[in-house]
Amino acid sequence: MQIVIKKEVGMKVSDLVEKFGLKVFSGEAGLKNEVTGGYVSDLLSDVMGNAAEGEVWITLQSHQNVMAIASLKDLAAVILVKGFEPDEDTAEHSNDEGIPVLGTEMDTFTITGQLYDTLKI
Amino acid sequence: MNLEFDIVSGDFSMAGRASSQIKKVLKQLQVEPKVIKRIVVAIYEAEVNVVAHSLGGKLTALFDEKGIEIELKDNGPGIADIDLAMQTGYSTASKQVRNMGFGAGMGLPNIKKNTDELAIKSKVGVGTTLTFRNYF
Repeated sequence: MQIVIKKEVGMKVSDLVEKFGLKVFSGEAGLKNEVTGGYVSDLLSDVMGNAAEGEVWITLQSHQNVMAIASLKDLAAVILVKGFEPDEDTAEHSNDEGIPVLGTEMDTFTITGQLYDTLKI
Repeated sequence: MNLEFDIVSGDFSMAGRASSQIKKVLKQLQVEPKVIKRIVVAIYEAEVNVVAHSLGGKLTALFDEKGIEIELKDNGPGIADIDLAMQTGYSTASKQVRNMGFGAGMGLPNIKKNTDELAIKSKVGVGTTLTFRNYF
C-alpha cells in the first residue's frame, strides 16, 4: 500500500476565501496573491516592524492606514475579524493596491487558529 | 534628485503618502528589495510621528548613488527628553491615536532598527529634526 501525503503548496488568498467562507470587501485583483503565512496584531507599528511579505494580516482595525501598511509591507491580504467592515477609503485604497480586504464573523482567536492549521505545514 | 512632502498635523489619511511614493522611486532605481523594505518602514513611522505629535512639518528625501537620506523637520512642539522618547513602549500619544493602533511607543525604535544612521535634534517650543540614512 502506498500512502501519499499531499502537501498544500502555493496557497492563494482565494483558497482561504473559499476554505473559510471569507467575505471579499475589496481588492479582488489580489485574490491570486500567494500566502506565505500570517501575522496577528492591532498595533500598527508592530505589524510595520514584524510582519513579512506575503503574509495575511488579521486585525480589527479597519481605517485606511491599515492599507498603507499592507501595501508598504507587500502583504497578501487583510482579514477583518468579528464582522468589522473596512472604511470607504480603506476599500478604495485596497482596490488601488490590489490587496484584498476580507472579512469574517469569527473572532481573532478562532480565525487565527484555523488559518494556522492550514498554513503551518 | 530630491523629493519633498508637506505633512499636515492630525491628517492620518495622508500618512504613508511619502513612504509609498519613495518606495516606487526606489523600485524604479532597482534598489535591492531588502533595502527598500527597511527604509519604507522608517519613513512611514516618521510620517506618522509628525502627523500624530507635531504641529506639521516637511519631509525631504535625497537620493544619491550610495543611498537615501531622509530629513523630517517639524514646527514643534519639540521633544523634552529624547532618550525617553527612544524607549520602546514610551508614548505621549492621545487616546484617539492609540485607538487607531498607533502610539504603542514603537515608532522611534522601529526607525532606529531599520536605518543605518539616525540623528534627532529637538528644542522644546521650536521643533524636531529627524535625519536618517540608509545605504544601497
